[in-house]
Amino acid sequence: MRILAAMSGGVDSAVAAARAVEAGHDVVGVHLALSRAGGTLRTGSRGCCTIEDAMDARRAADRLGIPFYVWDFSERFRDDVIDDFIAEYRAGRTPNPCMRCNEKIKFAALLERALELGFDAVCTGHYAKLIDGPEGLELHRASDAAKDQSYVLGVLTAEQLAHTYFPLGSTPSKALVRAEAEERGLAVAHKPDSHDICFIPDGDTRGWLAEKVGTAPGEIVDRTGAVVGKHEGAHAFTVGQRRGLSLGVPAPDGKPRFVLEVRPVSNTVVVGPKEALATAEIAGERFTWAGRAPSTAEFACDVQIRAHADPVAAHAVLADGVVTVRPEVPFEGVAPGQTAVMYDGTRVIGQFTIDRTVSAVPVGA
Amino acid sequence: MYLDHAATTPLRPEARDAWVRTAEELGNASSIHGPGQSARRLLEDARERLAAVAGCDPIEVVFTSGGTEASNLAIKGLWWARAERRDTVVLPDGEHHATLDAVEWLASHEGAAVRSVALDAVGRIAVDVFARALPGSALATALVANNEVGTVNDAAGLAAAAGATGVPLHLDAVAAFGHVPVDFDGWRADAAPTAGLVAMSLSAHKIGGPVGVGALLVSRTATIAPLVHGGGQQRSLRAGTQDVAGAVAFAVAAELAEAEREAEAERLAALREKLVDGIRSSVPDAELLGDPVDRVPGNAHVLFPGARGETLLFLLDQAGIAVSTGSACQAGVPEPSHVVLALGRSADEAREVLRLTLGRTSTDADVDALLRALPSAVERARAASAR
Repeated sequence: MRILAAMSGGVDSAVAAARAVEAGHDVVGVHLALSRAGGTLRTGSRGCCTIEDAMDARRAADRLGIPFYVWDFSERFRDDVIDDFIAEYRAGRTPNPCMRCNEKIKFAALLERALELGFDAVCTGHYAKLIDGPEGLELHRASDAAKDQSYVLGVLTAEQLAHTYFPLGSTPSKALVRAEAEERGLAVAHKPDSHDICFIPDGDTRGWLAEKVGTAPGEIVDRTGAVVGKHEGAHAFTVGQRRGLSLGVPAPDGKPRFVLEVRPVSNTVVVGPKEALATAEIAGERFTWAGRAPSTAEFACDVQIRAHADPVAAHAVLADGVVTVRPEVPFEGVAPGQTAVMYDGTRVIGQFTIDRTVSAVPVGA
Repeated sequence: MYLDHAATTPLRPEARDAWVRTAEELGNASSIHGPGQSARRLLEDARERLAAVAGCDPIEVVFTSGGTEASNLAIKGLWWARAERRDTVVLPDGEHHATLDAVEWLASHEGAAVRSVALDAVGRIAVDVFARALPGSALATALVANNEVGTVNDAAGLAAAAGATGVPLHLDAVAAFGHVPVDFDGWRADAAPTAGLVAMSLSAHKIGGPVGVGALLVSRTATIAPLVHGGGQQRSLRAGTQDVAGAVAFAVAAELAEAEREAEAERLAALREKLVDGIRSSVPDAELLGDPVDRVPGNAHVLFPGARGETLLFLLDQAGIAVSTGSACQAGVPEPSHVVLALGRSADEAREVLRLTLGRTSTDADVDALLRALPSAVERARAASAR
């Protein structure tokens, strides 16, 4: 196959590309330039858009003996990921930009361009497995549960999965990937893992958002609507948050209070006790199926609502264009905008963006 | 197949031999002893030979590490030695980044005011427009030939305008030297000591010399400050142990390029015409940018509406054909060409160009290979760009 290897400059994508070459594919390496204002040098574990990262990717490609190019997706990234991230926070939701990047950039813009230019598939260093099942291609969790990235790939559709290649999915641990990189003479073998949000270089998401969204003083209220404090902008808060609430009025029970809801229209933040974070139901109308759609309108599944959350057994219903999920044990602290990924064992069934949540604890309870 | 001779062109065997032979000679050209004198002799021979080709006195040749250093020395050097109460730099649109960025640095760090000069639709600096921008300015800079679209300027006219207004002028002749007539003394004409053409940048690797060697021709009467201080070499304008081998290889390449210039110009212009005709017959809406006739002979700069240059470059490279989008790169990503924008084209068009440049080793086979690969590449690039 002709394979386009997306190379971030990190160890995972370098080893993935190496395995694609070793499997006998015709591989071309591409580094995505996602920011035109990227820095020169990498700082700490952040940033995937520096000149140093592009250089690391280039040197890995050199080591593998494959051609290497830098493709500019900075405009698409700004429009589809960064601006979307800001808009979601403005709307009081909590987005996952890595997921949006997979959905709109890596497995959309990049994959489309690759196919147009004559490639058969895009290869990445994601930890997830593609299995050719009896009913078609299936997306599964990686063998290394600690590194599993099937959650952020939950947005991929059957068509996208058909042109995707994840060579690292069956590797038992990341340590083995690093050892393999070392063996292959890849200089990135000991490069730190990247985490946090790549376009917020200093990791200060609140500060970055405050700059983009601006401050807007508003009220903090409890579940009865009584004003218990003030804030400098609702965007700085996310459901489940405890820190950063400077409340003038103590809770009646003296226990700490948590953000229960962010209301962007009235610029109000609702707080309450930890128990009130319990969520009995989540629903959304923006959904996709990884491979095939479920055969029944109601099905049992395990649902994961964050990249590093444990899955929870649940009952899902698809009706009138809306997916509704009720967990057996309530979720704690679900923010609209988060993605719920549904699994059948290790297999990804599909995902939806959470539009609506129902508390497990009625007001006044 | 290599169609990017404007980026760099193959090293001439004669230049390579002279380069290696000289590099094996012992001696610092500034040393007083015998080996030093031998090195100095080789260096000054090279300086004289290059001066003869470029039309200046040997003392006016200041060897540098390349065209970019030469342009920086000219622009910053003239700025720091400028006449009192003159704080404006005349900068035509579409200049090479070596001059453009040097001027912008002066603007942001030294308080220089920048007066731009619009190009015409083929990328030429009109002498009368340029002349109107000159009065009262500290210095002016201009390309002899545009490195992207290939249009050749009226260098003599630009120099005369600078002379007439009492403004010192730097000409960037990197893309022109060895390809079109270049004559420092002739263009300088009878300008006053510190006015008119006072400095001109040259580069060795664009004419078959080595990368890392260039020269700034600095008029003996120019007022200019050095950027690099040290041992006082080269009129104290560019300190540092002199690269004798590089200078010799540059001189050899310059002589050869000049000797074959007219015949090569004719051969390459014919080859370019064949290339452009072939492109037009397979991609009817492709458009040659720049002056159709008065251009660097081996340069074909073509707009492919609806096809990203970056994508075409990728597809042609995959087919084994090396071309360029012509514009500067940021971490490997081509920027929309500021030169194409300066021609009055849209931002989309500025991303839909390829610069195809022929040189000494180009043959019909190169052109045929490109013409074979191009139609499907354009079709694919258009489909990919449409998304």
